[in-house]
Amino acid sequence: MMNNSKNLVEMKNIHKCFGKVIALKDVNFQVGNNEIVGLIGDNGAGKSTLIKILSGVFPQTSGEIYIRGKKISTRRYSVRKAHEMDIETVYQEKALGEKQSLWRNIFIGRQICNFFGFINIKKEKEETDKVMKELIGFRGAGVSAESCVGRLSGGERQGIAIGRAMYFNANLIILDEPTAALSSKEVAKVLNFIRRIKESGRSCIYITHHISDTYSVSDRFVFIDRGEIIGEYKKSEISLEELTEKLLLVSAGDLGKEMINEHQKQ
Amino acid sequence: MNIRNSKISILGSKGFRTYAVVLVYIVLMGVFMITAPRAFLDYKIYMAFLSTIPFSLVMALGLTFVIIAGEIDLSFTSVMAFSGFIFTYTFIHTGSTILAFIASLTSGAIAGFINGIIVAKVKVPSIIATLGTQFFWAGLAVVLSSGRSLIVTEIRPSFMYKIFVGRIGGIVPAQAAWAFGLAIILGFILNKHRFGESVMFIGDNRDTAKMMGVNVDRTLIQIFMLSGVLAAFASVLLACEMVTWWATQGPGYLLITIAAVFIGGTSIYGGEGTIFGTVVGAFIVGSITAGITASGVGGFWTQLVVGLVLLVAVFINTFISRRRT
Repeated sequence: MMNNSKNLVEMKNIHKCFGKVIALKDVNFQVGNNEIVGLIGDNGAGKSTLIKILSGVFPQTSGEIYIRGKKISTRRYSVRKAHEMDIETVYQEKALGEKQSLWRNIFIGRQICNFFGFINIKKEKEETDKVMKELIGFRGAGVSAESCVGRLSGGERQGIAIGRAMYFNANLIILDEPTAALSSKEVAKVLNFIRRIKESGRSCIYITHHISDTYSVSDRFVFIDRGEIIGEYKKSEISLEELTEKLLLVSAGDLGKEMINEHQKQ
Repeated sequence: MNIRNSKISILGSKGFRTYAVVLVYIVLMGVFMITAPRAFLDYKIYMAFLSTIPFSLVMALGLTFVIIAGEIDLSFTSVMAFSGFIFTYTFIHTGSTILAFIASLTSGAIAGFINGIIVAKVKVPSIIATLGTQFFWAGLAVVLSSGRSLIVTEIRPSFMYKIFVGRIGGIVPAQAAWAFGLAIILGFILNKHRFGESVMFIGDNRDTAKMMGVNVDRTLIQIFMLSGVLAAFASVLLACEMVTWWATQGPGYLLITIAAVFIGGTSIYGGEGTIFGTVVGAFIVGSITAGITASGVGGFWTQLVVGLVLLVAVFINTFISRRRT
């Protein structure tokens, strides 16, 4: 089959081994344009491995990656290359410098500088205000470009990291368990940020093991278990209840399957 | 949200820390003015401070960058001894102050580069790496000089002597102007330059810095080189002021310089600190010795008081950090 250009990212027959351990087996994974994909799986299922290959953290053992229809050279791919291809990953932790102000966090590594490397602080603060108000919709009082990250809640931090990715024109934003450590109120905020990603015409991979969070924002769900993709569902094809049952089957493992089978027999 | 922020801005801002250190200095000076009015109400003692404090202040400026990056440099006083040797030796053998100055700064840069490579590339913790190089450079200075001191009285008529340690208007020591000038430039670099921002993020969270595209290894090497070059510059100032070099000139500055940085409010945990704080910290440490001697309680008290001030400063900083989180 020819590579259809509808997809932003196409990963084909991806294998990954760490020594003798097989982390990914023949994985095929796509992300369409302006599509939010929920990547669902238990801890150790291979979600992070797949994402790290896509973000350029380490290479696949075999298989091919196409970004916007263009084949990526495995050897030359890196985090920096991924950034150049407008792919940004927001990790659950370590996304921001705790003791630094928001404006420094938005621009670290990509500062607005003059010829001598001195930062245009005024401009950076103005742009940070724009990121907060326009891109991620920070309307709450009390948080400004000058605020220190240490003062923000977990959801607000995710928002800043997502806003930063959007500001630098990432076309695909990968969120690694963005709601793992958050209260339900904070989760709602993060889901709003993801809706903004969708509204602005970008794509997103949302990694999680909480289906109920992803269900409302995702267009498609991909299940991964023990290094294999075991199911793909469009939102139109599946209800939240059915999806939850599917995950239960996956995470409960063999014992759970037996129990459910027996339950159905009865 | 508003309440949360306003409470923190009083207790936790960098501003409060800066006020605290200035307040400590004012209190200290007030005490000395009461206990030793004859000395401390005379401008001459302040001129003495301006002549002696710059040596440790210049090194403390470099050390501030190192500590903000979450590292430590224990070798700078040995680099000072070694680079001072290079300066005086080159001057004695060539008669050129410029050549001696360049050679000295170059030796400081090389020493810093080696520290940086060991820490950033070989990944040896900086406390061990710089402990090793501390012995190495001090030892090399002793070996090369055969333990003898070098006297450079011929430097007095030179232009370099006048601009580095002359007296501005016949009163103010020129080295103070150099130290303040460097402090202002480095303050700008820390707060407004890409390099300073990288330093703060490296000390705050190295993984974040790396993920956001900061070249951590290169920046670490640059930080240690800055520390080395400033130690060499301090050695040139000191050699000019004393017109003598001896191998054990440096070590006495080690602990008071580290103390100055911490008293100035730079975080032990890295990620934050100010050059202004370091300047005031250096003056606090530098004034205690003179103040105690002039107060007539005897020099034995000096270390005890420096220790107390350091403990109080670190206590305040730790308290502020804890309140904030």
